[in-house]
Amino acid sequence: MPSVIVEDSVGIVNSQIYTHTQPFTLQCGTTLPSYELVYETYGVLNENKSNAILVCHALSGHHHAAGYHSMDEKKPGWWDTCIGPNKPIDTNIFYVVSVNNLGGCHGSTGPLTLDPETQKLYGPSFPSVLVRDWVVSQSHLADHLGIHKFAAIVGGSLGGMQALQWTIDFPDRVNAALLIACAAKLSAQNIAFNEIARQAITTDPNFFAGRYVENSVQPSQGLMLARMIGHVTYLSDDGMRERFGRELKSGDLGSGGGVEFQVESYLHYQGRAFSKHFDANTYVLMTKALDYFDPARETGNDLVATFAPVKAKFLVLSFSSDWRFPVERSREIVNALIEARKNVAAAEIESDQGHDSFLLPIERYVRILRSYLIRIADEVCK
Amino acid sequence: MTLRADLKLISELVNPNARVLDLGCGEGDLLAHLQHTKQVNGYGLDVDANNIRICIDKGVNVIEQNLDDGLSNFADDSFDMVVMTETLQSVREPDHLLKEMLRIGEECVVTFPNFGHWRCRLQLMTFGRMPVANHLPHSWFNTPNIHLCTFKDFEALCLDLNLRIIQRRVVDYKHNEYTWLSSAPNLLGTVAFYRLGKNS
Repeated sequence: MPSVIVEDSVGIVNSQIYTHTQPFTLQCGTTLPSYELVYETYGVLNENKSNAILVCHALSGHHHAAGYHSMDEKKPGWWDTCIGPNKPIDTNIFYVVSVNNLGGCHGSTGPLTLDPETQKLYGPSFPSVLVRDWVVSQSHLADHLGIHKFAAIVGGSLGGMQALQWTIDFPDRVNAALLIACAAKLSAQNIAFNEIARQAITTDPNFFAGRYVENSVQPSQGLMLARMIGHVTYLSDDGMRERFGRELKSGDLGSGGGVEFQVESYLHYQGRAFSKHFDANTYVLMTKALDYFDPARETGNDLVATFAPVKAKFLVLSFSSDWRFPVERSREIVNALIEARKNVAAAEIESDQGHDSFLLPIERYVRILRSYLIRIADEVCK
Repeated sequence: MTLRADLKLISELVNPNARVLDLGCGEGDLLAHLQHTKQVNGYGLDVDANNIRICIDKGVNVIEQNLDDGLSNFADDSFDMVVMTETLQSVREPDHLLKEMLRIGEECVVTFPNFGHWRCRLQLMTFGRMPVANHLPHSWFNTPNIHLCTFKDFEALCLDLNLRIIQRRVVDYKHNEYTWLSSAPNLLGTVAFYRLGKNS
């Protein structure tokens, strides 16, 4: 709980709901009769509406990116280190929009919503949603907010994929895209980890083919396992050694049993906490969106051709110890952007915190974000 | 902003809207100038964290990439001009890099400190010590300059590699060009400036 709101916090924030009253046909062909997106905004939209930044969330993220919902909230939003007055995404300058994606479980229309046709929860029958669908739905919200062109769209991991898709699908609506710990498509290893996570969930006896709510249970064990697997892949070997080593939480190695290592305890805690506030069907849906993301597929796997219509400029950042979205994946994007003659700057940040680095206040990373966005502000936020 | 004299010389050689790659772009002065004055599509490679941030401040397309890791990520003939100022002497494989520069670029410009300058020769001859000069300020043990050469050495390498020397210019350590320097470049010139092309 924050006893006081510090100066560089956006303070107490309220979520809002955008209702799209028109039918929305998804890439998979299914039409949602209408949908809602829950979102937050920080800062003030300027008169020209030229200072908006869209923040896209990653796999397990949501719309609450900065500040506190109340004085009782234990932790601020997930990217509070970077969003706020005088922070790199400076809310004194920018108007920041953060959305919970369609299919999410934090208030936007998704598996936990009633299907108006059946009057039952969508649950596992919620249609498959792709990154492209997210981008289109975000553009509807932008229309609603009166934002024609974003000064920047920022995202890490799956969030970066949304920013990238924006530049391809709406070239005139993005001034700059900041792709952090991102990839133009997942590797086989990545898809494998996602499938293990999905199997952990769907084979939980409490999953009931996705109808667990109706059965008044939760596939908590499966969701916890899925999160534990994911979490290990977001850290690095060095980072884990540094943080946990072989420290024991309880027991004695000499006694030959009843031992719990710190790392085990940590993963159990993280997994359990996650399983309490995340929906299993949403996890399956979002990992699929990750797996299917492949914007170059339509141009015969030619990323350079995919980038041909793009008008945005790019900042591409990656982290040395990230093995889930390694620096090579970012280099692929950068090389294709250069060949496509797009403006791009790229840095590879030294960090032993793995994929999770993009959420951490690493000095060099934060300074680059700040520098880049100051430049953007000078160029477009008049 | 006043542009360093050698960068001004390079700038004169670049056509408007050209594709330019600057290897070891430092603080991005050349590219910022070219973007502003000639609307080039330019990229700079560097590894220094501070330089990279300064480039970003200036809106320069800077890419964090170590020249010693090669340039295989750039396609053949993908740039009009590839530039490398005062960096040749500190890379691991200068000969390989020169070939790569002309694979990627139509033309290239290379500048480097001349180890054959009379001060270097004098220091080595009279004191028997490794030369330290305005254009070579480091001691032998902490110098990043691991592949020093002279005008003559460089031209011999160009011949070996079958690279065409389009132009040679001779400048002092402040990169100013005086005609008298050209009378004996290998002895009087502190910085060598070469414009290279492919031999057909």
